[in-house]
Amino acid sequence: MEPLAIADRLRAEFPGEILHSYSNQGQAAVVIRPGRIVDILRWLRDHDDLRLNHLRSLCGVDNARRKDPGLSRFEVVYNLYSIPLRHEIRLRAEVGDTNPAIDSVVGLWAGANWLERETYDLFGIRFNNHPDLRRVLLPDDWAGHPLRKDYPLKGREEWAGMTELLAKVKELDQFGFDPTGHAHGQAAPQQEEDE
Amino acid sequence: MTRPITQSLEIPVADGEGERYSLRMGPQHPATHGVLRVDLELDGETIIECTPQVGYLHRGFEKLAENRTYAQALILTDRLDYIAAMANNVGYCVAVERLLSISVPLRAQYIRTMVSEMSRLCSHLLWLATHALDIGAMTVFLYCFREREILLDLFEELCGARLTFSYPRIGGVRQDVTASFIDELQRFLDIFPSRVEEYETLIDTNRIWLKRTVGIGRITGEEALALGLTGACLRGSGVDYDIRKHQPYDAYHLVDFEVPLGSDGDIYARYRCRMEEMHQSVRIIQQCIDQLPPGPIIGPDAPDLVMPNKTPARIEASTNAYGTGLIKLIRDRNLYLSGDVYVATEVPKGELGFYFIADGNNRPYRMHIRSPSFIHISALAAIAKGELIADLIANIGSLDVVLGESDR
Repeated sequence: MEPLAIADRLRAEFPGEILHSYSNQGQAAVVIRPGRIVDILRWLRDHDDLRLNHLRSLCGVDNARRKDPGLSRFEVVYNLYSIPLRHEIRLRAEVGDTNPAIDSVVGLWAGANWLERETYDLFGIRFNNHPDLRRVLLPDDWAGHPLRKDYPLKGREEWAGMTELLAKVKELDQFGFDPTGHAHGQAAPQQEEDE
Repeated sequence: MTRPITQSLEIPVADGEGERYSLRMGPQHPATHGVLRVDLELDGETIIECTPQVGYLHRGFEKLAENRTYAQALILTDRLDYIAAMANNVGYCVAVERLLSISVPLRAQYIRTMVSEMSRLCSHLLWLATHALDIGAMTVFLYCFREREILLDLFEELCGARLTFSYPRIGGVRQDVTASFIDELQRFLDIFPSRVEEYETLIDTNRIWLKRTVGIGRITGEEALALGLTGACLRGSGVDYDIRKHQPYDAYHLVDFEVPLGSDGDIYARYRCRMEEMHQSVRIIQQCIDQLPPGPIIGPDAPDLVMPNKTPARIEASTNAYGTGLIKLIRDRNLYLSGDVYVATEVPKGELGFYFIADGNNRPYRMHIRSPSFIHISALAAIAKGELIADLIANIGSLDVVLGESDR
């Protein structure tokens, strides 16, 4: 099916949910409201003419630095592909500016589990009804969501567990362990000068 | 003093009455192929609950890429799946070319197809070597590394690197192939199919191998699709999905090859799929060598390093190009478009997708990497549940994951 034809079918089925659709480099995308995301994706997956049965990717976007007006701060992007019919569509769900949240699609694709956890981890977008919404790439005690545009690229703060780790080193030190790998009580060997 | 050996051949079965205990496997475990940690909840030897934990190798590539130009971000893709870095580079370049509407000369397309398939052979050889080693077949490991060494030498001759190549460029490739490279590659292709048959004689009907793989880690086609599995893991379950056929890129629509499909969806089916893929890769490389057309190797509007002897006209256009390290950006048209695009390529592990948002700047506004390993590890929980702990090792090997790609 032609890329934009899928978008038109979707508009006919869910008139209140579709904000607009466009095509870029031969790929069609539909911008939608987040409210009925599970219904929309289930319809796309199970409809006989569409059968978009492969969730290719799911990711978040932070639009804070975009120049285009009228974009919501956070988006969740779904790329779908139909293996039997060989067509694709992209859905961009606008999830708002503060406390972004959307319903989880783990019930439709079990593989969405970690993709949603990753989006939560890196963007702070919450997924309602997710079975196990924890951080996945970063440690559980990490503060902040790195892929947000206001998160700095470089930082000076120490990792929260660093104090604990240093205390542990000190505690082990009395047993003769030295984190530098040299025997306890001896000075580190002088580095030989390169001739 | 001798002690009588008493050994029971019965495998203890979980009956819910035994004591449950937890075992943490990894992150420093040799059979996890990197820094994968798996938290296990066990009853005897049966896995009740399996929770994979990743992130030990997280380097923030997506954040880094947003702060680098398109050409600079290319080198990050080397560090994704470092076993098959060439395929990652090609995937990134194909995606950026689609995003920015950059054309690639036919010769460069053929060369990229060729190196992608060489990289697939590299990856599958390393997979077979370590997978067999995990299950206990030491010999295969040594044989596979013998052939992989030839491929790495070939890559070294091509671009000077053996692991992190950055050889493909946005709009083409960095350097042309030499006649001696083609000769060496032809010699390799002549011997390689017989070498694959050699591995097959070692393990294809080996009784231990069959016991460890047939019927283990079984996934149906629907389950595999729902879990998001791609590549040989999906095709082993009988789903015909290969991006090289579905949405061809580079020269894949010009070469003739078949997509091997399994039906059982167990470890053995995935093993057979990858072995057949090696034969098909040899076919593709052979056709690339035979059909390799003459011509330029980099497009006229590549936003990248340009070698001076290839495009003298461009050096004249920029007068101080020699003084500034031969870097020239095209300024005569609006190179950096805006818009978003999702482009997937078939890398050895599965579907590697790049989702780009461009805002007209020379840096990607957003780059999302859909890495097959990340999704394959997430599927491990569903596959390993209820199986024996010894089969977990076979399952991890069979999913063919690389943690550099998973953690990004």
